[in-house]
Amino acid sequence: MRTTGYILFFLFLFSWKGWSNTIEVCSGCNFKSIKSAIEAANPGDTIYVKKGTYKEYNIGIAKPLTIIGEENTVIDGENKGEIITIQANNVTINGLTIVNVGTSYTTDYAALRVVKSENFLLQNLKLQRLFFGIYLEKAKNGKVLNNTVMGDAVEEFSSGNGIQLWYCQNVEVKGNRIEGVRDGIYLEFSDEITISDNISSDNLRYGLHFMFSNNDIYENNVFENNGAGVAVMFSKFISMKGNTFRKNWGTASFGLLLKEINDSEIINNNFVENTVGINIEGSNRINYTNNDFRNNGWAIKVRGACYSNIFSRNNFFNNSFDISYNSKLNDNSFDRNYWSSYTGYDLNRNGIGDVPYRPVKLFSYIVNRTPETIILLRSLFIDIIDFSEKVSPVFTPDNLMDKNPLLKPVSHDIY
Amino acid sequence: MISIENLHKKFGKNQVLEGIDLEIEPGGIFAVLGPNGSGKTTLIKSILGMVIPNSGSIKLNGKSVKNDWKYRNNIDYLPQIANFPGNLTVRELIRMIKDLRSYKKAEDERLIELFKLEAFLDKKLSNLSGGTKQKVNLVLTFMFDSPLIILDEPTTGLDPISHLRLKELITQEKQKGKTILITSHIMSFVEEVADEIVFLLEGKIYFKGGIPALKAKTEQPDFEHAIASILTTSYA
Amino acid sequence: MLKILKYSFYDLMRSRWSYVYFLFYLLLGLVLLFLNNDLSKAVITLMNVIIILVPLIGTIFGVMYYYNSKEFTELLLAQPVKRSSIFLGQYFGVALSLAMSLVIGLGLPFIFYGIFNSNAIGNFALLLITGAFLTLIFTALAFVIALTNDNKIKGFGYAILLWLFLAVIYDGLFLMSLVFFEDYPLDKFSLVATMLNPIDLSRVLILLKMDISALLGYTGAVFQKFFGTNQGIILSSVMLILWVSIPLISIRRIANSKDF
Repeated sequence: MRTTGYILFFLFLFSWKGWSNTIEVCSGCNFKSIKSAIEAANPGDTIYVKKGTYKEYNIGIAKPLTIIGEENTVIDGENKGEIITIQANNVTINGLTIVNVGTSYTTDYAALRVVKSENFLLQNLKLQRLFFGIYLEKAKNGKVLNNTVMGDAVEEFSSGNGIQLWYCQNVEVKGNRIEGVRDGIYLEFSDEITISDNISSDNLRYGLHFMFSNNDIYENNVFENNGAGVAVMFSKFISMKGNTFRKNWGTASFGLLLKEINDSEIINNNFVENTVGINIEGSNRINYTNNDFRNNGWAIKVRGACYSNIFSRNNFFNNSFDISYNSKLNDNSFDRNYWSSYTGYDLNRNGIGDVPYRPVKLFSYIVNRTPETIILLRSLFIDIIDFSEKVSPVFTPDNLMDKNPLLKPVSHDIY
Repeated sequence: MISIENLHKKFGKNQVLEGIDLEIEPGGIFAVLGPNGSGKTTLIKSILGMVIPNSGSIKLNGKSVKNDWKYRNNIDYLPQIANFPGNLTVRELIRMIKDLRSYKKAEDERLIELFKLEAFLDKKLSNLSGGTKQKVNLVLTFMFDSPLIILDEPTTGLDPISHLRLKELITQEKQKGKTILITSHIMSFVEEVADEIVFLLEGKIYFKGGIPALKAKTEQPDFEHAIASILTTSYA
Repeated sequence: MLKILKYSFYDLMRSRWSYVYFLFYLLLGLVLLFLNNDLSKAVITLMNVIIILVPLIGTIFGVMYYYNSKEFTELLLAQPVKRSSIFLGQYFGVALSLAMSLVIGLGLPFIFYGIFNSNAIGNFALLLITGAFLTLIFTALAFVIALTNDNKIKGFGYAILLWLFLAVIYDGLFLMSLVFFEDYPLDKFSLVATMLNPIDLSRVLILLKMDISALLGYTGAVFQKFFGTNQGIILSSVMLILWVSIPLISIRRIANSKDF
């Protein structure tokens, strides 16, 4: 239905414009292959690829074109190499199913690659049995919408990323579903990118991965059961809002990894059942507000120098460790958070506990020092030393506390 | 019936029995006497196998009691302190002891009647008075028909009527030809029932024989004085 | 022995302590389930309780029962009953009634809650099995202590000390040695140290089952690998059984040479 809708819409659009032609591709048509249709088409033409399987690869698009597929329009690359490469502005690809991308250890073959182009629209695509999915290379001002990428990656070294952006600018990645690849979405040297409403799950490495990318936004995405949820590295001015990081379990797994990240904000996210909710290394001036941390091993693990971060109005529910630090220094502030393990009281009934809460347990400090000691988790002895440390801190930073712990969880829906 | 040879028992540094040799012939009432700490209870408990001797042997009808427990089927024992599991009722306790000696016929009903215990049958043992407990104790002891009966301070806490009944009971059992071993502090009671006295002093047998022989040995006219004279001479 | 067991068991079933114990677990189960409303969370909280309280209650109850039933014991000693049967019978009477209180007390609310239709059933079963084992182990240890100490106060003291040692001090020493020798590979050491203490062993068995294993990092992976194999499961079962049977053998031995 939807495809038909689009077809009608584009038919209308282009016929009205008057200068474009439509070309059909099918087994009984004049054009039996997509390649031949593209070759014959004029810039601005629309190519309809009827249902059927087209065994083609290395399809180059070097002029502005619209290519539209039907429900069962399948391009089978037969594992021979890259399938579609776009090297022109104003190209739209819609509704194709692309399968069997070649795997190579020397060349990053993709199902669909956009090179040095602008104003592209890639939507409603289904990519299966692939190496790289959608690869945007030095591309600008484009959109990647509602695509499904289903990989069958087994090993990190022999698999590619679902959607990769390399030296891109102002691209919108929205409503995509990515599974079973190395990194669900990967950004390198890409700025002003918006990533929203995607579901990235069961990927080998990261659900979403930033490297050297600034001024980007990702919001309302779900990252579930990946090797690790999201890694944001060597980047700044990243806005992370309303995302869900769930079930990133594993010995070295985490929901969100921040490494050398500055001046960013993390708001309204959900961290549920991750080994580590957020792993922070060398990251400064980040606001953590209104996030929920539920049933994680460590809600927040702070390693190395992290300065001027502010944690406020977050909810910490039933995490084995709320905060872990590996040093005695603290330059971050915790204020007005809800901690489910808070045991203080509120005599003046203003909703704020009268006794500060110390989120760093002695045991988490010991575990940082000697990881093997984790085997004593939930032992009575550990509870006792944690308690004594809580009463008089010796090993953990003594200024690390929430002076205004909330007695009731923050209700985020109000915001 | 019982033959004890060279029996030694030490509790820690305290030597309680120092070479007891004792032969008890079947039939008759034997009173084991002696001052506090002379080893009466230890001797009895050794026979019962509750105390394990350091050396020496105890034979019952020619069989060693060591590492055996079945021989206790032939002994009825009345312990000194009548303490029972408090949660059980009298009836349950009697049933339980009968159950433990399943192949023995018991005449508990006659004894319950004799000691007027009917009213207490469904009471918990923890709620009974010392005297009533002792009566229950007696029922438990006498309800079986064993050839050897050992009574450790049987008169403790008994009212005069029960005391009389006990004496009758002991006499009856004796007439059946049983061997009865008694310890008691009540000399009149001992004098009345005992056929023979075994007097223990400092872990050894000081005297064994009939009351007339004891009187003769100590040159005292009555039994109580005879006992007292042993004690004074030995402590002098 | 079965007769003694039967009577000890009856005796205990009537004592209010068994009911207190039973009601305590019943209440605990109910409170955990209906306040928390989260089955797997309740199971984790329960683990903390089982690992600390069950051994403590087993120890205290065992010692208490032994001293309280001294008269009963003396009565039995004069009866034609084998000595070891008396003590083992009493031991099993106590241990089984405690274990039953635990299993039924906790089991009822969970069954009521619908544990059978939940995927937490495996964890829950493991919890009850280790709980039952800990009861057997600590009651047996309590009997050994009580048998070797005629002085009630001393017996209680030693029993509490034993519990304190295995539940707390052992882990303290364990932790200290881990920190002290942190430069050496410690996996084997941790594994052995865990196996040697029944409380630690139960704790780790439950932890590994509960998906917290990922928290345990590399050490956890080693443990997972070990306890995940049949060999590991057999070995830990053997350890738990040894922890029951060695005290039982001691009970037999001490009982046979003790004076009353």
